[in-house]
Amino acid sequence: MRMRIKYSKQGLMKYIGHLDMMRSMQKLLRRTEVDVTFSEGYSPHMIMSYAFPLGVGMTSDSEYVDVDLNKSYRSRDLVRMLNEAAPAGIHFLDAREVPTGKGNKGMTQVARADYTLQFRQGHEWPESWKKDFKRFLSQPEIMAVKKGKKTEKEINLAPLIYQAAVCPEPHTVEGIADFQAESSGYLPGGIREAFDNVRQGDIFLALSAGMASNIRPELVMETFAKQYGYEAEEFLFHINRDEVFADPFSGDESGKHNFVPLIGMGKTVE
Amino acid sequence: MSNREKTALPEDILLKIEKPERYLGNELNTVRKDKSKVDIRFAMAFPDVYEIGMSHLGIQILYSMFNRRGDTWCERVYSPWADLDRIMREKHIPLFALESQDPVREFDFLGITLQYELCYTNVLQLLDLSGLPLHAADRLKKNAERVPGTGMTADAEQASGEDALLGELPIVIGGGPCAYNPEPIADFFDMFYIGEGETVYDQLLDLYIECKKAGTTRKEFLLKAAGIEGIYVPMFYSPAYQKDGTLRSFGPDPQYPELPKRIRKQAVKDFSTAPYIDRPLVPYMRVTQDRVVLEIMRGCIRGCRFCQAGMIYRPNRVKNVEVLKKQAEHLLKVSGQDEITLSSLSSSDYPCLQELVTYLIDEFGKKQVNIALPSLRIDAFSLDVMSKVQDVNKSSLTFAPEAGSQRLRDVINKGLTEEDILHGAGEAFRGGWNKVKLYFMLGQPTENEEDRKDIAHLAQKIADEYYEIPKEKRNGKCMITISTSFFVPKPFTPFQWAVMYDPEDYLDFAATVSREVREMKNSRSIRYNWHEAYVTVLEGLFARGDRRVAKTIESAYRHGAIFDAWTEYWDWNKWLSAMSETGLDLAFYTKRQRAEDELLPWDFIDCGVTKKFLLDEWHRATIDGTVTPNCKENCNACGAMKYGCGICYDLVDGEKVPRKNHYREWAEKQAVVNAEKKAKFEAEKAARIAAQEAAREAARAAAEAAKAAEGEEGLS
Repeated sequence: MRMRIKYSKQGLMKYIGHLDMMRSMQKLLRRTEVDVTFSEGYSPHMIMSYAFPLGVGMTSDSEYVDVDLNKSYRSRDLVRMLNEAAPAGIHFLDAREVPTGKGNKGMTQVARADYTLQFRQGHEWPESWKKDFKRFLSQPEIMAVKKGKKTEKEINLAPLIYQAAVCPEPHTVEGIADFQAESSGYLPGGIREAFDNVRQGDIFLALSAGMASNIRPELVMETFAKQYGYEAEEFLFHINRDEVFADPFSGDESGKHNFVPLIGMGKTVE
Repeated sequence: MSNREKTALPEDILLKIEKPERYLGNELNTVRKDKSKVDIRFAMAFPDVYEIGMSHLGIQILYSMFNRRGDTWCERVYSPWADLDRIMREKHIPLFALESQDPVREFDFLGITLQYELCYTNVLQLLDLSGLPLHAADRLKKNAERVPGTGMTADAEQASGEDALLGELPIVIGGGPCAYNPEPIADFFDMFYIGEGETVYDQLLDLYIECKKAGTTRKEFLLKAAGIEGIYVPMFYSPAYQKDGTLRSFGPDPQYPELPKRIRKQAVKDFSTAPYIDRPLVPYMRVTQDRVVLEIMRGCIRGCRFCQAGMIYRPNRVKNVEVLKKQAEHLLKVSGQDEITLSSLSSSDYPCLQELVTYLIDEFGKKQVNIALPSLRIDAFSLDVMSKVQDVNKSSLTFAPEAGSQRLRDVINKGLTEEDILHGAGEAFRGGWNKVKLYFMLGQPTENEEDRKDIAHLAQKIADEYYEIPKEKRNGKCMITISTSFFVPKPFTPFQWAVMYDPEDYLDFAATVSREVREMKNSRSIRYNWHEAYVTVLEGLFARGDRRVAKTIESAYRHGAIFDAWTEYWDWNKWLSAMSETGLDLAFYTKRQRAEDELLPWDFIDCGVTKKFLLDEWHRATIDGTVTPNCKENCNACGAMKYGCGICYDLVDGEKVPRKNHYREWAEKQAVVNAEKKAKFEAEKAARIAAQEAAREAARAAAEAAKAAEGEEGLS
């Protein structure tokens, strides 16, 4: 069976790059008794695929990895087993069965990602940015230069920003609230507090994501800063990825989006 | 999203430098304690970059051992890589320990493991970035703290002349193989621990707690610590030199008559019950040795005459196989590693190797755990095991003959005959392997042009073994890779008296091998590479240097020498200017043949093996050219028996009986055995060739008969 596993990556784990995270996930699975399916051949590896690699420096509440298992596990048992083996900063939130097959891969389903941004201390813009940012967003066309590995192309960001809000209200996300790290003795004091205000941010962005057109939150902010003359250096914000969505009915006539969190594409195993 | 997890480095630095994972201290199984509830904070440092230091077994053992003590919290420190080094100096950021991210200068101990000589400038980097004065003598006074990375005094009011109390600055302690000649770096250390860490550390830590509670001075503590067996406090000992520069005398200063004249190496008696890793640290980033390590044996039975490890880790002691099985299972479970490897100086000499390896394969192979088997002699068993655990097409076999000719192999006491090598290689080739790696050393005692050329000849003979196999049964072309390093004489080896050469000479030696390889029939199947020659000479200077070398090391560090073991930072010119500035005569240390009665800078250490044994071995090597049996075959009375354990004793009816020296009988028997082995190898080879010849003949006859039959048919 293929299970879609959702976890958060917080704290110091934000410095761990995607490749190292993948290796560490394999070690984590080995520390559990979970019966993972391996590929055939001389150097067998676990059959697993990530939906959406996270850049170094970003935290996330919505990392997704699909893993093939040799036997069936109840969702809640799997989450518990994984959390028992998890290092500080990794917390498993959910696990659901997803169908196998190419079109059902997390990677191909990603259509939108939500981010909360917070100014790094000492790098806050003057108050005027809030008004300017609203003005920036209300433009019918927002041209930006998207840099690839070799190419550079101009794109219009306007239709790819699904939502944007200044100073969103703090809110909690299911699973983060019951973060057990401190009580299990993994972390020194003070970490708990850091997790409690994880949702407090200065900017909220819901952006197009995935293979078709992936917009990084940094691109939006850089484009704004350049247009309106604000400081635009690297690592200006702490960025948290709040949720990643699929858009399963995007093909129908209405042309409307029906975003569903990636975990919603799976079925809880009771 | 706010980032209140404590890091010593601010986020913008962490995101700008290479591999921030090196500095976080958030690896799985790191030990965290409440610092207000411990008496001792121990910073255990490896003076090289994280990837190298994290791969070191000894630190992980000591980390577990220290942290078992409720009153001690041991943390780790590695050399900040050059990019961060620059930033820390610029911004005066003090060096910090990983787990707590607290500055090292707040600790009680800074332990530095000394695994290779080329890390000496990095030792100074650790002290300097920590804000400690580089010289132990300067740490005895109050307010000695420095501005990190500058060497400048931190406080204008300081240098009161008053004695510092214990606990003001960490005690800097060195250990590891290079501590067996601590003299070149003696000025920088408060003390050295000579030998294996598992024995007297508890005694030292208890003494520290007692003295700190009593409010003693730093100096008083050092004086007391110097009384513990195995602890050497260099500031209480002084050398005196002759006119020719050699050592006249060495010992404790007259005002400390109670201090031991010789420092005795520490060794674990019961290796099976000695502390081992409780929960291995699992790094996030890829490190050099990213796997579970099982230490199966300590010490080596084969006295190769160039090898320091083979002498200083005597006596040879083995770990019980049942203990190892339990450790393997536990360590794999708590780490989640997908590979396990065996660690020892010569795994093939482990008595229960077959049982252990079979267990590992049966138990963990099905869980997709890789079994890595380094330092195995090539024989039927190891080939069988290797074909089970690795892809024959991709893996290569490794031989370390160390010398090209049998004559020189006997001089260095390698205990490996040409027949052993060719037979092993032949068996492997017939088993499907086609890649071989060969390791040699150049510049060994008595070595001549012919010995060097024989390296190429041996490679060709191995190639012959391959091409002797009929073409249709071969696995494509074979590839033989020769690597040579240059020999560095090390203290406490039979070769400690030997001369070294100039870098240009070493490169000539390598050129001889290279030319000869090109002359070989199958030269296209032989690849040759050799090591840096200038680095070798520096290593030689440090290995056998005395206390006067310290100022050269300090001067080179001030010129910016650091990470000398890394080609990208290695700079011979910095060392040349340091030597001329400090008036150091390199040739005195490297190119001088030591007299047999010369007092050597490390003679004050008693490493178990006696100087007489080493000298006898030196004579056997350079005068007689004869080999010495290994410890299993015969006790050669090296001196290590006084540790009362290991291979030196046989268990007879439950009683420990010391082994005996019967060299003569052994030598007579050995001559016969070797002759038989050679005859057997040649007979087998002749038989194989004859069989192939016969098969070819038969095939030819059959083909002719068929042709003839065809011709007849055509006629009729």
